Amino acid sequence: MNTKIIYTTLLCFLLPFIGFNQGSVLIKNGTILTVTKGTLQNADIFIEKGKITNIGKNLKVPAGTKTVDATGMFVMPGIIDAHSHIAIDAVNEATSPNTADVNVGDALNPLDVAIYRALAGGVTISHAMHGSANAIGGQCETIKHRYGVVNPEELRMVGAPRTIKFALGENPVRVHGEGNKIAPATRMGVEQVFRQAFSEAKLYMKAWDDYKKGLILNSPMYNRRLETIADILKGNIIIHCHSYRADEILMLMNVLKDFGIEKICFQHVNEGFKVAPELAAFGASASVFSDWWAYKFEVYYSTAYNAAILTRNGVVTSINSDSDELIRHLYLEAAKTQRYGDLNDDEALALITINPAKQLGIDHRVGSIEVGKEGDIAIFDKHPLSVYTIPQMTIVDGIIRFDINNDAPDMRLDVNPEDKFASDYLEEALLKEDNCLQGVSEWLLQSDHASYLRFIYSQRHSH
Amino acid sequence: MLYKIQKFSKILILFCVALTQNMSAQQIKKAEAGPFLLKNGTIHSITNGNFIADVLIQGDKIVSVGKNIVTPSNTQEIDCTGKHIYPGFIDGGTRLGLAEIESISVTNDFQELGDFIPHMKALTAINPNSVSIPVTRVNGVTTVFSKPERSTFPGTGALIDLFGYTPEQMYAGAEGVMMTFPSTGRRGRFDRRSDEDIKKDSEKAMQKINDIWTKAKLYATIDSALAVEKKPKSFYNPQMDALLPVVRKEAKLFIEVNKKDDIELAVKWVKENGIRAVFTGVAEGSRVTSLLKENNIEVITGPVLRVPGRGSAPFDESYRNASEMVKAGILVAIRTNDAENVRNLPFNAAYAASFGLGIEEALKCITINPAKIFGVDKTYGSIEQGKTANLFISNGDPFELKTRIEYLFIRGWNVPMESRHTLLYDEFIERNPGK
Repeated sequence: MNTKIIYTTLLCFLLPFIGFNQGSVLIKNGTILTVTKGTLQNADIFIEKGKITNIGKNLKVPAGTKTVDATGMFVMPGIIDAHSHIAIDAVNEATSPNTADVNVGDALNPLDVAIYRALAGGVTISHAMHGSANAIGGQCETIKHRYGVVNPEELRMVGAPRTIKFALGENPVRVHGEGNKIAPATRMGVEQVFRQAFSEAKLYMKAWDDYKKGLILNSPMYNRRLETIADILKGNIIIHCHSYRADEILMLMNVLKDFGIEKICFQHVNEGFKVAPELAAFGASASVFSDWWAYKFEVYYSTAYNAAILTRNGVVTSINSDSDELIRHLYLEAAKTQRYGDLNDDEALALITINPAKQLGIDHRVGSIEVGKEGDIAIFDKHPLSVYTIPQMTIVDGIIRFDINNDAPDMRLDVNPEDKFASDYLEEALLKEDNCLQGVSEWLLQSDHASYLRFIYSQRHSH
Repeated sequence: MLYKIQKFSKILILFCVALTQNMSAQQIKKAEAGPFLLKNGTIHSITNGNFIADVLIQGDKIVSVGKNIVTPSNTQEIDCTGKHIYPGFIDGGTRLGLAEIESISVTNDFQELGDFIPHMKALTAINPNSVSIPVTRVNGVTTVFSKPERSTFPGTGALIDLFGYTPEQMYAGAEGVMMTFPSTGRRGRFDRRSDEDIKKDSEKAMQKINDIWTKAKLYATIDSALAVEKKPKSFYNPQMDALLPVVRKEAKLFIEVNKKDDIELAVKWVKENGIRAVFTGVAEGSRVTSLLKENNIEVITGPVLRVPGRGSAPFDESYRNASEMVKAGILVAIRTNDAENVRNLPFNAAYAASFGLGIEEALKCITINPAKIFGVDKTYGSIEQGKTANLFISNGDPFELKTRIEYLFIRGWNVPMESRHTLLYDEFIERNPGK
């Protein structure tokens, strides 16, 4: 009897993770842009319990299988955003140049309507990142856009590799050097934050080794911050580093070489095109904006041709949003590489599918339409690289999470009639606060409403 | 000996030319003057449909559109067979030329101190050498309205062409006094004011603009009286002077207002004061289309690519906004409200096109409609004989990303398709030395 209760309780607890979020669906007769294996005309995709089990013409499926008619439509892998801040309640733990101990995965917010709006742009996975206030920021979380779930745990893409945010240049220098009057105040100081962290983590690892071997009697003090840095040294965490200028990108690669660290994706990396051969040689990848530039000095000498130059130099490149707005039309942002640099359709689509999947270490599971991969799909009425395309349906793990023909005007999950904030209008300038410095502004100026507003206005782009 | 010197100097000159070219790697090549005959292109005239014809550009004007045009002897011909000719796009609201790097305040000139400063003139501070200008125009945007913003009366905006070496050369013949309508409601979750305080603040804000307007009317009366008596003014009030044309209904007032409740208040306010109003922003215009139409409000809306202001709004509210207003019969122009990325204007229009507006109407929203709103439709906004030669030649639909814009003409100048972005591409696509 007791065991039965225990099992039932366990089952109730585990159910959400084992089945409720996986569905079966047949997508019929679409133009399938697999990204990795060419384009298939008038073909079907069968997703069974969340996984793609068959691709081909006139697939036979069990009676009663949910069917989506994609005749005349374009079917592509769910779009992946390697840099975003949606679905999290906190962005910056801006209290130290090194906050490797914190994790934005502890602040997931499944009720954020931005998740739905991203789905309405075909995005099925995003990399919920810590901000750029600190040279070594917090750990990030790769999430699936299962809008409709209310348990934060159900947003996680279980099994995705751990990632951490690093940041170079103006932001960490402004927050700590200018704001807190502590190092780093320059790019020289930023380098030493990394060297110190990695060196101390090595000593920490050695101390634990010595203790385990019985060479020392007392165990070292457990330190979550050093544990995290040690995991980077062991190759268990992928670094995603906010960066802009060519020199600082080279600096970090030099530091990583000295410590034998290989897994690095440079974020924003507006001047990546200037050191594309070096990035390719190191094996570093790059996640860039399609065309954002000039919002601060360190992106003044950059170009919208960045993604194309990086791609042509053999750097695995993705286009990200870092914004509640851009995440809604990453397919447009990818298409811009055809205006700025003549990338072909497969190259352009790879920027928002298989390439970000590689950068997040999940390319064996998502990022292309292949048998065995997860059932994350976006369906468009026109080719997704046409400016006139409109996403029609977005499927996550075989479950339809966005359907333009079944789209209620108000898609919030947390409608509370008592909440006077819920229906409030947000000024355009304030919308642009969703970025890598989010949270810092409030923290710096929370007491002064007027200067807060001014600050936000002045920080329209502070990625 | 002389021969040798001549030869040497020739080499020297060649060397110098080569050197200069090298040194100017970060600068845009010079524009070229006409006359130009654009032969046999598909003309998207905007006002007279689409047809295949020739266009003769002479001086700063389109002097002829048609077939078998008689051309001056020095005319350069450009074969446009299979190509498309569009009028230059006009962005109805930007900070281009006023903002260089928005996070560095000293490079920004769109927000002077003071809340009532309509006499601050954007044209004074337009930087003709802004790096963002070439970046913008190579996407077909040839004319923009650049404006001061954010305080209640932040100044006077100016319509400028995106080619020229002085603000005067760029000036496109229209200015407009800007106003930011008070935002009366709660400003978001961080806004911790009580309901009562919000109401009080709103009343205070309305009181302030009413006071200004009462004074402005009085000032206009005094000004007129002095003019009748031919007496010089014994006072200096540039703020009130700047408002005179608006108070006298000779000029429109450009009012930034976005959310529904504010738009309703603003309509009431301009009606009471008999103001010829253009509303800008108008993010929630689709919620009050009949009110705007009934009161003959013209609208410059955008960006289209923005998140809806409310969590409760449908995901495509901003995409559909322009379309809803156009369908209601409102004169609508589209803007980016940007500085360095005004080049995205065509893509903003394209999204509006997809979400209900249609391509033809979307094109109007960035050509003839803004020209009408700014009162320059006799010279701007379409391809017609006598209009300013602002146009471009593309190999397809300029909204599509795969399309190339091949030639760009601003005021009759053939402007090179170069910008910092293309020059960096040329230099770095195959970096030398490489690794």
